[in-house]
Amino acid sequence: MLARRVIPCLDVDKGRVVKGTNFLNLTDEGDPAELAERYAHEGADEIVFLDITAAHERRGTLLEVVRRTASRAFVPLTVGGGVRSVDEMRDVLRAGADKVSFNTAAVAAPSLLTACADRFGSQAVVCAIDARRLPGRDGAANDARRWEVVTHGGRRPTELDAVEWAVRAAELGAGELLVTSMDRDGTRRGFDTELLAAIATRVRVPVIASGGAAGPGDFVAAVRDGRADAVLAASIFHRRLYSISEVKAAMAAAGLPVRRLEGSAA
Amino acid sequence: MSGPVKVAVLDYGAANMVSITRALAAVGAEVAVAEEPAAMAGVDAIVVPGVGAAAPAMDHLRERGLVGPLREWVRAGRPCLGICLGFQLLFDASDEGDAETLGLLAGRSVALADAPTLPHIGWNSVDLVRPHPLFDGIADGSYFYFVHSFAPAPADESLILARTTHGRPFASALARGSLYGLQFHPEKSSEAGLRLLSNFIGLTAAGNAGAMAVEAA
Repeated sequence: MLARRVIPCLDVDKGRVVKGTNFLNLTDEGDPAELAERYAHEGADEIVFLDITAAHERRGTLLEVVRRTASRAFVPLTVGGGVRSVDEMRDVLRAGADKVSFNTAAVAAPSLLTACADRFGSQAVVCAIDARRLPGRDGAANDARRWEVVTHGGRRPTELDAVEWAVRAAELGAGELLVTSMDRDGTRRGFDTELLAAIATRVRVPVIASGGAAGPGDFVAAVRDGRADAVLAASIFHRRLYSISEVKAAMAAAGLPVRRLEGSAA
Repeated sequence: MSGPVKVAVLDYGAANMVSITRALAAVGAEVAVAEEPAAMAGVDAIVVPGVGAAAPAMDHLRERGLVGPLREWVRAGRPCLGICLGFQLLFDASDEGDAETLGLLAGRSVALADAPTLPHIGWNSVDLVRPHPLFDGIADGSYFYFVHSFAPAPADESLILARTTHGRPFASALARGSLYGLQFHPEKSSEAGLRLLSNFIGLTAAGNAGAMAVEAA
């Protein structure tokens, strides 16, 4: 049976892992390759690097990080951030990544998803969707089940409906959707399971939940209520609030299929 | 044995070559990347890796002149391991882009039927259907990493080593003599994957030793 994945995410800036709140207030949390290797040993099912370095500083640094990581951690590696063309994707894959995630670039040019899927297969193309809940009709409460896609690290609204964009991205060739709630990201208030379920019930590709993990119970909720196939988190792992095996133990206790490491199997 | 086992990994374009070459090196193989037939000379085993679509992969193999030499290699009974798309390419054809593939194993690759999610991405259990040294030290039902939407349907089901279920069961590992195929990615499957690659290298070394003994006799 296909296991539900637990994925530590490493936000990388100029070759270092950083984490902020709502994409701001960045703090240094370590070397990406070292952290990735540690997580792989601890049972991470996959590693995601999101490169948030400004474009003109990026070239080379990220590829070197990917190369070092792929030489040490024998688990799947997804890289996102600033990849804008088939050729750039090829470079990232050749450095050792298995998948590339597109966010702002896909919104700006949706055909990029198709071009990359045609060249490398849809399994290598991830569409990352940053979504913000729209206010209710009275304008006060965030209670409407509608979400807007935001780009440029959450700074720019697009007026795109997040669920419709998710459906379209899958049709265009994305083989996976990485769905981040901008309302929850970095807040430790739990995943937006309504957003996840709204998307997961409309697409056949796997959905990765992101934004808001506070504890193991949130991972269970993302899969059970949000229907996510995989769950991504950053700071709770980097700051050692919970280990990957603690999260998986909670998921297994809730009856969800997870890959347990030998010796830690319960 | 004389020195490490030499493995050529066929490079036909877009595949992630870093992970498979580093994983093979990590289990003690001497690894070369082969972009052309000449690079296959003097090696003990060939690995056909792969991600992506069948039709462009076959185009790239043809452009690099690798199709003929690879067919000869396998028909001579020499060690070869196909991984993921590289496994599917060993068969007659693929429904993906209606591609004609290498024709070294009878059967064709078909889309996963009744899959709850597609592509099939993630760690799934590999259930052994017959014992084989390729899985020495690996528990039945161990998790390996999969990324694919198609899987081969071998005409000769007796070759199947293991099955995995996503929707319906499909052949996730196969062996015919020294020819091996895996639908999952051992180079992405952490310790279990490294163990399997180590077993492949060990089988190749044992085969070499056997051949030398035959020659000596």
